[in-house]
Amino acid sequence: MFMYEKKLQYPVRVTNKDVRMAKAVLNQYGGADGEASASMNYLTQRFSMPLNETKAILTDIGTEELGHMEMVATLFKKLLNGATRDELIQAGMGGYYANHETCPFLLDSDGVPWEAKYTQAKGDPVADLYNDMAAEQKARATYENLILLTDDPLVKDTLRWLREREIVHFQRFGEGLRLVEEYSNSKRHF
Amino acid sequence: MVNYNRTAQRAYQQQQEMLLEVQKLQFVTLDTALYLDTHPNDPVALYRHKMYTDQLKTVKDAYEMQFGPMTIFGHEVGDNWRYINSPWPWEV
Repeated sequence: MFMYEKKLQYPVRVTNKDVRMAKAVLNQYGGADGEASASMNYLTQRFSMPLNETKAILTDIGTEELGHMEMVATLFKKLLNGATRDELIQAGMGGYYANHETCPFLLDSDGVPWEAKYTQAKGDPVADLYNDMAAEQKARATYENLILLTDDPLVKDTLRWLREREIVHFQRFGEGLRLVEEYSNSKRHF
Repeated sequence: MVNYNRTAQRAYQQQQEMLLEVQKLQFVTLDTALYLDTHPNDPVALYRHKMYTDQLKTVKDAYEMQFGPMTIFGHEVGDNWRYINSPWPWEV
């Protein structure tokens, strides 16, 4: 089961409202390489993992990604806090506001809704772990782009921390992949 | 949210400081646990995980005693359910 703990994994702070940046960070909420995709990927794929090590790493990283969704949603909300009508319209958020006000919704920065096609569960542990390592690198690249899009030191701090987590996850998935390959080599002959 | 009442401001500051301690210790515990997932026999990581979970329990118990439970499975020692009224993460 899953349990909720009433706190963020890492503090999310902003210096000022910034509607343009809010729109950009939404990518990491409902975008193809965002936290929702990552979490759904890992929490689904774990059911076909052959080793306890990889069942554990997918469960625990998939759960951490749920916490990252909460952090990105908080960042979005804080960046919009106090935004005026003109600021929303200027940043191209008029349509978003009409539909969702300032509530985070599972869309990317261009308004494309999140879909299950962003996730993969091949059932083959080697294929799935390679997919997950690529997912972490794509998320890392997105965070780097986001860091370049803002001057706010507090926003950069949160984004840098999230970027570092992608690197740690990539490392753990790589170790999981090595364990699965060692296991497959000992069991299967073609 | 700006708070002009000094007592309330001090309480808020204290809550934020204690929360940060919980976050720090939970983070090192989690990161060590992820490492243990793929290195389940590493004695140094096992030792560290035990040390961090012990410290985490101490600071979390102190936080929950003062500000109410962080999860619905925590002890509520007060006479009302403070879980709903302690700051929500996106409103801090």
